[in-house]
Amino acid sequence: MISATPESFLERLPLLVGDLIARVVPASLLWFVTSLIAIVAILAVFGLLFAFLTLAERKILGRIQNRPGPNRTGYFGLLQPFADGIKMIIKEDIVPRDADKVLHYLAPVVLVSLALMTFAVLPFGRHLVPVELDSAVLYFFAAGAATELAVFMAGWASHNKYSLLAAMRALAQLISYELPLLLSVVPVVMLAGTLSTTGIVAAQGGWKYGLIPHWYVLTPWGFAGFLIFFTAALAESNRSPFDLPEAESELIAGHLTEYSGFKYALFFMAEYFGMTALCGMGVTLYLGGWQAPCAFLEIIPSYLWFLAKLLTLLVLFMWIRGTLPRLRIDQLTRFAWKFLVPLALINLGTVAFWHLTLGWGGALQLARWALAIAFVVGPFVLMGRRLSAGVAPRTYRYAP
Amino acid sequence: MTAILAFIALVMLGSAAAAMISRNLVHSALLLALSWLGTAGFYLWAGADFAAFAQVIVYVGAVSMVVLFAVLLTRQNPVGDVLVEPASRKRSTAALSVGACVAAVLSAAVMSSSFPPASVAAPTATVKQIGLELMGPYGAALLIVGVLLTVALLGAIVLAASEPERNPEDAP
Repeated sequence: MISATPESFLERLPLLVGDLIARVVPASLLWFVTSLIAIVAILAVFGLLFAFLTLAERKILGRIQNRPGPNRTGYFGLLQPFADGIKMIIKEDIVPRDADKVLHYLAPVVLVSLALMTFAVLPFGRHLVPVELDSAVLYFFAAGAATELAVFMAGWASHNKYSLLAAMRALAQLISYELPLLLSVVPVVMLAGTLSTTGIVAAQGGWKYGLIPHWYVLTPWGFAGFLIFFTAALAESNRSPFDLPEAESELIAGHLTEYSGFKYALFFMAEYFGMTALCGMGVTLYLGGWQAPCAFLEIIPSYLWFLAKLLTLLVLFMWIRGTLPRLRIDQLTRFAWKFLVPLALINLGTVAFWHLTLGWGGALQLARWALAIAFVVGPFVLMGRRLSAGVAPRTYRYAP
Repeated sequence: MTAILAFIALVMLGSAAAAMISRNLVHSALLLALSWLGTAGFYLWAGADFAAFAQVIVYVGAVSMVVLFAVLLTRQNPVGDVLVEPASRKRSTAALSVGACVAAVLSAAVMSSSFPPASVAAPTATVKQIGLELMGPYGAALLIVGVLLTVALLGAIVLAASEPERNPEDAP
């Protein structure tokens, strides 16, 4: 997207920094230095974001449950994440006697490194893409796909039958929800005609009347796709109401049972990184990436828009955690296979219709919207009714 | 570039060899996944991004899970019973003869085929080109594979779904 107004200084800041580095560093080492800077920047920014997300989560959950949350360490509890970090590092690291030592050690490391790799292809701003790949969306999900292996390693290496059972349950969940997650990405790829994240963001550029952005979430199929993506992302990152893999109060923390100290912290670091990366992907695919919502708001740098959208989604995750009760494993898999997957498949048909009727104008445009909305709402209502037939709305009987 | 290729080859072959030597079936399966990852690295080295990422999603993400589930579900005791007893002479001779046969067939095929000299410019296929090829000339093949996989999936569901009746209290 080329805007008419010259880009502000803040917008061009990443480019200027890049130029500066190119002038200082010899050309033969340039690729190495720029990659190193990108890696350090991602580690620093998302490491800090992780630290403060844990604090924000505890604060928000506290407020939802009518209590103040952590407020003793530092002003407003701001030093709490660092206190937690120190506590986790100096805690004793206990490895069970019969554990598979190598795999027990490798599992959290693999999990965190894979979760960090996914950040490489997210377009954080107009000039702020760590790695530009032709098949970036595929890379993102390839890096995420191997997390299942790490969960299995954690459960099996602990040499504890509950850990192994829980790891199998976690795998069932991750595999079930990977399908709707990937299927909800396909419509965007179909319409944008590219797998590159920068291309997808560019396809959502521009505004109608300078006010209404061309984000995919504002179309009928995009709205449905975003909801499916969001639900599947909740499950993929083990967040409530799909937090069965961990389920500290009912299922003795699943595959994390035999982990303590910093390794335990690494699992949660990976969970937060994965959650942030998936939210970033959702912003890129459906919420227009770094695009500003209105034309006149473009004076705010693009990376701040990306950050604002990312934080909105993350707070939504926390809000949902504070609101919804946990599902049971059979309800969880049934919801994925009988509801989300068929809806995602029908959505593919809807987006094909949307694409084929691109030329319809005038009154036909209204018909196009009405039909697309019918394609989205109809199956949702019909399948939802069928799935909950005889059981919902539920009547609760309390003891007199 | 050759050093990187040598490293990738070392990872692939080394992990494959370690997978065969290992007495622990789960270790073997994980090492096999590492070998598949090495294959993806090789595709990346050769400049085929799409094939590399597809390899990771399909093999490291999905097929390794199938292998691990197969290993664990066919054991009596999933935790302790994944150790393989030392191979007998009969088994090692069988393995060696099968390996020799495969090596003979492969080397015969490699020897008999001619390799035209590579063109100066490396061919670069974008994802878009791959997609157009798959949807155009190879559309029928893609459809047939899709139908085959769907049939397999439905068959698996029919075999697995033997739940007699639903208790209304259990439904979501």
